[in-house]
Amino acid sequence: MEPNLVHIPKPKTGLRIRLLRIRWKKIDLFQVLAMIGLTLLALFMLLPIVFIINHAFKPISELFLYPPRFWSNQPTLFNFQQLILKSQTTVIPFSRYLFNSVLTTLVTVAGVIFVSSLAAYAFAKQRFIGRELFFSFTIIALMFAPETVAIPRYLVIANLGIMDTYLVHVLPLLAAPVGVFLMKQFMDQIPNELIEAAKIDGAKEWVVFFRIALPICMPAVATIGILAFQGSWAQTETSVLFTSTESMKTLPYYTMTLTNGLANNVVGQGVAAAAGLIMFAPNLVVFLLFQRRVLNTMAHSGIK
Amino acid sequence: MNSTVSIKQRWQAFTTTLWKQRVSYLFIAPFLICFTVFIVIPIVLANALAFFSFDAISRPTFIGWDNFLTILARDRIFLQNAIPNTFKFAIIVGPLGYALSFILAWLIHQLPKRIRDIFTIAIYTPSLSAGVAMSVVWLVIFNGDRVGYLNNFLLSIGMVRDPQLWLQDPQYFMNIMIIVSLWASMGVGFLAMLAGLQTVNTELYEAGAIDGISNRLQEIYYITIPAIKPQMLFGAIMSVVGTLKAGSIGAMLAGSPITPQYSGHLITNHIDDYAFIRYELGYASALSVVLLLLVYGSSRLSFRLFATKGDE
Repeated sequence: MEPNLVHIPKPKTGLRIRLLRIRWKKIDLFQVLAMIGLTLLALFMLLPIVFIINHAFKPISELFLYPPRFWSNQPTLFNFQQLILKSQTTVIPFSRYLFNSVLTTLVTVAGVIFVSSLAAYAFAKQRFIGRELFFSFTIIALMFAPETVAIPRYLVIANLGIMDTYLVHVLPLLAAPVGVFLMKQFMDQIPNELIEAAKIDGAKEWVVFFRIALPICMPAVATIGILAFQGSWAQTETSVLFTSTESMKTLPYYTMTLTNGLANNVVGQGVAAAAGLIMFAPNLVVFLLFQRRVLNTMAHSGIK
Repeated sequence: MNSTVSIKQRWQAFTTTLWKQRVSYLFIAPFLICFTVFIVIPIVLANALAFFSFDAISRPTFIGWDNFLTILARDRIFLQNAIPNTFKFAIIVGPLGYALSFILAWLIHQLPKRIRDIFTIAIYTPSLSAGVAMSVVWLVIFNGDRVGYLNNFLLSIGMVRDPQLWLQDPQYFMNIMIIVSLWASMGVGFLAMLAGLQTVNTELYEAGAIDGISNRLQEIYYITIPAIKPQMLFGAIMSVVGTLKAGSIGAMLAGSPITPQYSGHLITNHIDDYAFIRYELGYASALSVVLLLLVYGSSRLSFRLFATKGDE
């Protein structure tokens, strides 16, 4: 019942107008309203984000200006310098926290991708006794939140004897049911004929996995990589609970110590804002780079 | 005699199949090991510890159901603060955040393809900023003196006469927690539903139009929701887990593990309080068993609501 659908542009109108019409002819009033509403909402949602970025570049004189200003008039890198200088006077330099974070996050991302996609491939494309059972465990584990069992996890890690090593930042995160689940759903899409053909040509399971399954599933690899990145880059739990040496702790932990008791700390606020931006920016950049692939993977996230 | 042979044969057949399938077990081994060590064992341990009194130093002593009895009968803060707070928080943030995710995903899907990405980023970004960055922003906005953005705004339009201590006042604290959580609730579930919408076969809508569907609400109810039910279930579970495990947000806004007059005290905070401040690990484990049951129960409810029936 939409007359626009059969609307034919009048032959006399100029090319520009015709193009515009073709471009906008599918947009009805509802879409216009939706767009306006969403634009307002999006701006509102983004305000705090813009604020994080601005705040980090404000000089001290602007941080406590009255009335407070949203935009920074004279952006400066002062806060970032302070962040680096401040930690140089303490025992552990800023670079050590940064190094710890980058190292453990990279290893975690690689580990999660490897562990999850191996398991997902077996769940999706191999037949073995216990497959259904193990996969149903994985589904149930989607409901699992590590925060609820922090104490027993502490006991497990203490008994494994890996307290105060880099391993505590990596190993607990390798058990990623969400990663396995998303990967398995994506791998279900690979046609069995493709795998059969490769096997007839004499390829072993490992070869099929690395040469065929993984390359096809790059969107899913990117997605669970991003999720692992987000989980690892920002988490403070492992630093708080499983490490006692300051040099083994990560950047989010250091940022947390900066933001604690922020309300009555004058110079600290700019430094905390700078640290906050360092924590947040990589998350955003990584997501921007892989947005399409993430959505592509999420399309198969259904639980049937 | 005969039967023992057949059992033996069957056992042999079973082990040979297992051996034939050894590659598969190798594939899932790394995951299963991590899964067992960091998920299964902690859950089992938590259930076991719940029946002990344990202070992390002396040997645990078995006390039966005492911890659970204390939870149900004597723990005033749990019953008067943690439970009502968690329910209020979870009931508003969970379903409302979930509904918002769905509505926003659907609205974005109504837009032309070219501009969808921009809105997706705008709506999804807040959930990325959760954690440390979040405390930087919200602490400044809800600052108690007149330099705080909210105070400054309300003062300038004459809504309040004096700066309000937003984060110290129990009256406001919970609501601020809810607002901040809602702002950041469009996460993985939102992406799943948005992506799910793109998989819906457009012919279904045309067929629906012929069958007499006349407006968008009917379209959502009869076509869209049934078509993306599986993705909605995934989103629902992510939302249940995310909501019930929340707890750090209150501590971050308050700047201490205990929120003003327990106004933002959630079950997770209660667990942390007993586990890492009072070192009553047995009791804290009993609390986490209660929380695990809550998460599991709510997730089952989502399964009931969204599970696809038969070969739908």
